[in-house]
Amino acid sequence: MIEIKNVTKIYSGRKVLDNASISINDGEIFSVIGPSGCGKSTLLKSIVRLIKPEAGQILVDGRDIVHVDDEFELAKIRKDFGYLFQGGALFDSLTVMENVTFGLKYLTDIPRSEYPRIAREKLALVGLENAENVKPAELSGGMKKRAALARAIAAEPKYIFYDEPTTGLDPITSDMILGLISDMAAKLKITSIIVTHDIKLAFTISNRIAMLDKGNFEISGTPEELRKSSSPAFRKFTEDALSSDVAEKRNGLDLKHKKY
Amino acid sequence: MKHYIAENVGRRFMTLVQKMGAATLMLKSVVVWTFRVKPETREIVKQSVRIGVDSLAVTLLTSFFTGMVLALQMGHTSKYLFNEPLYIGTMVAFSLVKELAPVLTSIVVAGRVGAAVTAEIGTMKVTEQIDALYTLGTNPTRYLLIPRYAAFMITLPLLTVFADFTGIFGGFLVSNIKFNVPSSVYWNDIITFMEIKNFMHGFVKTFAFAFMIVTVSCYKGLTCEEGAEGVGKATTEAVVMSMVLVMVLDYFISAALVAIGLI
Repeated sequence: MIEIKNVTKIYSGRKVLDNASISINDGEIFSVIGPSGCGKSTLLKSIVRLIKPEAGQILVDGRDIVHVDDEFELAKIRKDFGYLFQGGALFDSLTVMENVTFGLKYLTDIPRSEYPRIAREKLALVGLENAENVKPAELSGGMKKRAALARAIAAEPKYIFYDEPTTGLDPITSDMILGLISDMAAKLKITSIIVTHDIKLAFTISNRIAMLDKGNFEISGTPEELRKSSSPAFRKFTEDALSSDVAEKRNGLDLKHKKY
Repeated sequence: MKHYIAENVGRRFMTLVQKMGAATLMLKSVVVWTFRVKPETREIVKQSVRIGVDSLAVTLLTSFFTGMVLALQMGHTSKYLFNEPLYIGTMVAFSLVKELAPVLTSIVVAGRVGAAVTAEIGTMKVTEQIDALYTLGTNPTRYLLIPRYAAFMITLPLLTVFADFTGIFGGFLVSNIKFNVPSSVYWNDIITFMEIKNFMHGFVKTFAFAFMIVTVSCYKGLTCEEGAEGVGKATTEAVVMSMVLVMVLDYFISAALVAIGLI
């Protein structure tokens, strides 16, 4: 279980996270939504301690990680974490297989001889069976995300963090990633924490959703609870996305090319 | 106006102090992690090949022609002054071994490899690959910096030794073919006057140059600003700063070595 208690993070005098508090239960798919710049990625990076909050507590299975500064200790804590970065963040100089097995050396005691088998197994899970010896530069955006997902799950983490998993992808690839996230959670019993402004993704696969606005959690609950919410900030952020009437939205815009 | 100038100077000074502090912390991290974990042998070998083998041809070419032009100038000057091409071997060898081979090799490596190191680390930073290292149980000091420090410290002195020999051989070709200096005279001129300490004078300096180039290159990569423009700017700054610092360090280290008798 991850408990975030009164976390504050300040960048250049601006409070990106302002006394934010929320709990994430084991086994659930938890999405954090919110407009760009509201602190979603900062929250995710704070949980894995890529950045250190100025105040508050982040309890991972009861242990406060905010005040752990020793890199060795942090590496031990991160054994439980898998992280899918927005752009994949695959290492350009390594092949896909080397990328997938990269963390095994540092995070596990698995012998090196087992690495190819694990890489093939994880790549098969994400549907990239024949990409083992390819360099990341040769992959498409969707394939990069899938290879990065295989890398994130290689050491079989307890928690997996997805930073904007569908950003920059076409609708078909987005749906594929969405299916993979759901599959990973079901097959591997992983707790999934997703940061996204893709409302469709959040409402389709999440057990719970929280909305971050101005550094604090505006609202949280199940998708059904949120649909009934009357929070103005939440309604403003989601009404267009939850509305299926695209024509209505289009008519409201002053599109110069509309008459053509 | 005075107030504005003072404020500007003060701000620049504070920025300089901050940067020096950050670079010192980076060095501290390199020292601490060097003794804390087993070295990444494969990465050290990979980086050594990249720095050493890949820079060998351009280093040898540079020193070969430097040796040739030294012999040419020395031969003509000597003929003008003494009517004979005297001590070409001695002058070529001393100039190369003590100054030109270490400095030119360092400049070639700073331009070729230092720039690549900054660009690579900078790109890794802006594409979140540095963050990915942390989430995969390691860190940039352990995986990126230590192997590069080791590779620079091993290969730059070796490249300099190769440059010494190639330059002296280039000088021999010119003195023998153009000035008809017998090969025994050329080599005797070197062996008679050259001592181990003369060689060590140049060799010792290459360790300091290697340390400085890799520090500047890694620091600039790790602290580059976001985007392609940030990486490009950091790369240019790393190369310029490395080249200037090679020249500056060269004087002060040479003065220190002379002071302790390593002439």
